[in-house]
Amino acid sequence: MQERPPGLYLHVPFCASKCGYCDFYSVVRPGAVSRWLDAVSLESKIYKDMFPPFGTFYMGGGTPSLLDGPDLERLIKNIHETFTFEEGFEFTLEANPDDLTTEKLRVFEALGVNRLSIGVQSFDDSELRLLGRRHDAESAGKAVEAARRAGFGNIGIDLIYAIPGQTERSLRATLERALSFEPEHVSCYELTLEPEAPLARAIERGEAGKIDDDAGKNLFMTISDVLGGLGYIHYEVSNFARDEGLRSRHNSGYWDHGPYLGLGPSAHSFAAGVRWWNLDDVDSYCSKLNEGDVPVEGSESLSESQILLERLYFGFRTADGLPLDFFDSLPDGGKTLAELELASLVRIEENRVVPTLLGFLLSDRLPLLFSAD
Amino acid sequence: MERIRNFSIIAHIDHGKSTLADRLIQHTGLVSDREFRDQLLDSMDLERERGITIKTQAIRLPYVSKSGEKYVLNLIDTPGHVDFSYEVSRALASCEGVLLLVDASQGVEAQTLANMYAAMEHDLEIIPVINKIDLPSADIDRVKEEIEIELGLDSDGAVLCSAKEGTGIEGVLDAIVERIPPPSGDSHNPLSALVFDAQYDPFRGAIISCRLFDGSVKAGDPIRFMSMGTVYKVEEVGIFHLERTESDALRAGEVGYIIAGIKTVSDTRIGDTVTNDIRPASEQLPGFKDVKPVVFSSIYPIDADDNTALSDALERYELNDAALVYQRDSSVALGQGYRCGFLGLLHMEIFQERLEREFGQAIVMTAPSVRYRFELESGETVVIDNPEYYPDPSHIKEAREPYIRAIIIFPERYLGAVMKLCLARRGENSRFSYPVSGRIELLFDMPLAEVVYDFYDKLKNITQGYGSFDYEMIDYRPSRLVKLDILVNGDKVDALSVIVHEERARSRSVEICERLKEEIPRHLFKVAIQGAIGGKIIARTNVSAMRKDVTAKCYGGDITRKRKLLEKQAKGKRRMKMVGQVMIPQSAFVSVLKTKDE
Repeated sequence: MQERPPGLYLHVPFCASKCGYCDFYSVVRPGAVSRWLDAVSLESKIYKDMFPPFGTFYMGGGTPSLLDGPDLERLIKNIHETFTFEEGFEFTLEANPDDLTTEKLRVFEALGVNRLSIGVQSFDDSELRLLGRRHDAESAGKAVEAARRAGFGNIGIDLIYAIPGQTERSLRATLERALSFEPEHVSCYELTLEPEAPLARAIERGEAGKIDDDAGKNLFMTISDVLGGLGYIHYEVSNFARDEGLRSRHNSGYWDHGPYLGLGPSAHSFAAGVRWWNLDDVDSYCSKLNEGDVPVEGSESLSESQILLERLYFGFRTADGLPLDFFDSLPDGGKTLAELELASLVRIEENRVVPTLLGFLLSDRLPLLFSAD
Repeated sequence: MERIRNFSIIAHIDHGKSTLADRLIQHTGLVSDREFRDQLLDSMDLERERGITIKTQAIRLPYVSKSGEKYVLNLIDTPGHVDFSYEVSRALASCEGVLLLVDASQGVEAQTLANMYAAMEHDLEIIPVINKIDLPSADIDRVKEEIEIELGLDSDGAVLCSAKEGTGIEGVLDAIVERIPPPSGDSHNPLSALVFDAQYDPFRGAIISCRLFDGSVKAGDPIRFMSMGTVYKVEEVGIFHLERTESDALRAGEVGYIIAGIKTVSDTRIGDTVTNDIRPASEQLPGFKDVKPVVFSSIYPIDADDNTALSDALERYELNDAALVYQRDSSVALGQGYRCGFLGLLHMEIFQERLEREFGQAIVMTAPSVRYRFELESGETVVIDNPEYYPDPSHIKEAREPYIRAIIIFPERYLGAVMKLCLARRGENSRFSYPVSGRIELLFDMPLAEVVYDFYDKLKNITQGYGSFDYEMIDYRPSRLVKLDILVNGDKVDALSVIVHEERARSRSVEICERLKEEIPRHLFKVAIQGAIGGKIIARTNVSAMRKDVTAKCYGGDITRKRKLLEKQAKGKRRMKMVGQVMIPQSAFVSVLKTKDE
């Protein structure tokens, strides 16, 4: 596992507007972009020559697609001057449908982006409005088509489910529409609201309905059922790939405990058993770097038992699961495993323990069954 | 002796007892203002928090009267709860007078009255003190009238003060000196001293607080505890200033301490008489009772590895609490633990809180039980305070449970509510009287088991604090008892078993099942909770299986946060008890102790 090449992540902390459900770090401040670009350039220099060639590059956010052409060009040029990449590396960019103009798509392609992760969220206009998205279903569809036309051969459509008011029927309609574009990848995230998120408050005030656990479970089953029926591989709790080769290589790195370097405010990095993370505030992030300092907010060196706990956690979230002998060392490992198998939460296949759909649904709970008492 | 005054302060809760005590201490110059700390006498954190006194304490105040004469004033502070009423009675027996404190805006309240009765029983001089006269809502005339009418005391003699502001304190001190009689007795008679408290000191062992009625005692004297029959040699005697202060001897009329190489407070009995072993008193002082625990509960360490630590903690705890009794116990569900006996529910709560706070012990405590008697077909009689040892029902000829006489005093407007509460708790044979107009003294025969479940809290609640409660054990009476078991996924949780009256079994088991349902977290499987008598299920509920517990996103920046959460959850799990496959949190065991609001 250690021979896996590292992944590079860049956090673009800007959005055109904040969505009512999001708790990722981002700000609406176009004026700060230039300063941030300079800071990223400084930060990347710190890590120059410290990593072998990267196998993947992932620009997430925030809204990376919001960056204009010249800014993007400057950024990518700088990245290439500082770091090296493996031949044919996966280069993913998260995009908002309304940013995907023909010109922008041309810039992305020219810069080497070979995988687009498009934040469609839903093909239902009322759901999109509730989420506070800028686009509607029609423009989202057009954006996916435009990406296809521009020659992108690896398109991921990101959806959200368990949106207040969403029904089995509206979910199926969204899925059907999404699949009509034959995306290489689909991510379906259950709507998760931090208590302070505006939408969470609206639900609390009774202005938006709440999807309970039972309904959420049913929607999850529907998604897996529909996508699985069309041959998509449900390879992680929230992720589906049209075939094995189309899994997100970058994200799979996280779940394999592969090394990664994260640049930008709030980005996390992991290498040699140490995880560290940046300040999540754009201004302090930039100031630190301008003062010649590292923008790191904290770090931790993972103990063996912490690595073990994380591996367990990832194992129950991914279709690859864990090798059977992994459980040998855990207290009552075999016994607990047998119980989980009996409860149809895991299957044992070719000496691997793999979670079932029901297992996916309880993946936050299963690791606790194996922690030492 | 002419210059000694032994007194106590009695008051309804919140009428300012501790504040007045502090002010007297401050006024007599025993502490400088700089050293002054609020509520000196309530030294335990728990006492300050709950606003009640748990331990009896004494303090000696030097006082120079207006005419320039030096006096010794011994203030004996008493606990304020029915669980400790025996200790209160011994403290009062050590005094010649009391300050009966009345709040200038609240006026005479139930506890004021009950306290006055207690003082009258000991023939004490009662000085009414009207406190909080600085309050805007103070109504001195009305309170004086209440003192006349409701207490039957001469209100002309009432002393006015504001302990908070420090006004009128001189008047209180003068009244103590002028009106409370000096002690009588003769230092040349054989020693006769009443033990009203014992405190543990890690270096000196048990330190006896006592009031000398006759004779004297000094270091080197052989002393005998008359009811225990034990003999010790006195190492040191002295008086209570803020600290213990050694003196050459204690004489008739004085209040002080004796150190005599007594290992623990359990070697002493409150209310016992100390005499000289060579020249003993002819008889014990009256009123001694060997106080026996009435409520029993088992405790278990949350973490089985902590058993040694718990055993050490109990040993240390016992050094300073003679009322606690305990012995080893074990439970199938909870492992090794201890069965403990308490004076009442408050005593039990204090024990639990102090054990956790002062001794750092995380424990699970089982439902309290009283002591039942069973006459078996074989003619044998067994006494049981632990449901675990409930006899085979087919062998029981007759079951009996302890009854108390409840003495409840409250304003008459609460009669309906109090009657209802007592009847709901199987009270019988009620009678009531009007000791003064507007107030009712209600007597009820009630099963002790019904009282140990938060009866006093309920009573205070329905009487808005105006109800006072005291009780005495009367007898054991035949009763229809059953043992109620609780099963979790088919496994009996022995620590949750309770002995209940047949008529209450169903409602109680429904209540326990519902409470457990709230406390037991969802598991990956359905958890069935059942109440059963013998093999028969009489109540049932389920904790449905967890359907979903999954985080939508887990990428580079989410992992650390998620892992930390898992670590925290795993830690929380360690504070739960496993019964079969089911994790039961500590709080679940505690929750079944509480009854539903009536």
